[in-house]
Amino acid sequence: MRGLAILCAIVVGGILLWGSTDFPAWGRLDSPASVNLSDQYIEHAFEETHVPNLVSAILADYRNYDTMFETTVVFTACTAIFLILRLPLGPLARHRNTTHVQAARQRLPRDPILEMACRVLFPPTHLFGLYVLTHGHYSPGGGFQAGVILGASFILLAIGFDLRAILARFPEGLFVPMTALGVLLYIGTGVLCLVLGGNFLDYEALRVLAPGSSKEMIRSHGILIVESGVTLTVGSVIFAIYANLVSRGNQMEGL
Amino acid sequence: MIWWVNLFLLIFIVGAAIAALESRCLLTSSIILGAYSFMMCLVYAALGAVDVAFTEAAVGAGAGTVFFLATILRTGRDSSK
Repeated sequence: MRGLAILCAIVVGGILLWGSTDFPAWGRLDSPASVNLSDQYIEHAFEETHVPNLVSAILADYRNYDTMFETTVVFTACTAIFLILRLPLGPLARHRNTTHVQAARQRLPRDPILEMACRVLFPPTHLFGLYVLTHGHYSPGGGFQAGVILGASFILLAIGFDLRAILARFPEGLFVPMTALGVLLYIGTGVLCLVLGGNFLDYEALRVLAPGSSKEMIRSHGILIVESGVTLTVGSVIFAIYANLVSRGNQMEGL
Repeated sequence: MIWWVNLFLLIFIVGAAIAALESRCLLTSSIILGAYSFMMCLVYAALGAVDVAFTEAAVGAGAGTVFFLATILRTGRDSSK
């Protein structure tokens, strides 16, 4: 059986490798991907969208629907994980959890070195996440990466201290609605543009709200708003997945 | 990109993938997968896709490894072969 599996893997892998020889070479100018669209994007992206970073221009302007539904997919995945892992908060479950927590507290003494390291690392990580969000307009990064970094900084606190310590400051009633709030912020911006007379997610329609601001300004602010929505969703999804995985769904006792 | 850096990365990636598959301890496998993700991130950066490399470093090597560790520590540790 194992030999058969290895044979299958070799045959399929060989066919795939053989098929990949038909692909155009990396960086060829006459490959289909760079003949039609790339020139258009490279030559006209700046004058059409006023976004200095080409990747951001495509993600948050040309392909805005893609990014919007990616955020929705992340939100849906979080909802599914929540439905599978999260235990209902019955009186029985609550009683069982408190005894668990007491037992865990007695078993695991806190480590001062680990605690201090997390205390020192948390603010720079958080600040870097916010920098990646606000600077995604000009440099690599953007809403998705910023969300992952922000979520990771909360996970760092949860590892260094205790899951309960972080849940007391960043409770479930806050981060679970935030996953939906991010999607709502994204779609709401689009609908607002529609209401103000533009196309869906056409940021220039928002100019009515901020009279006197230039076209470039309003586009960059529109992108910042939708990227903030992505960050809210992704950051709280990352932390919600961790909190549910690590506590077997009761969100009481961490690692 | 210098060719021997690419060669080193390729050998390391294939080696890490085989090691992650063959390792009996799931904890070892997930740490090796973290290293694999980091090498993939270097490959993306070498190909010029800095945004993809950034995402791979944050999600694959960072959050993904933590999720694997959390799941393994909350379930059994040995893979049943």
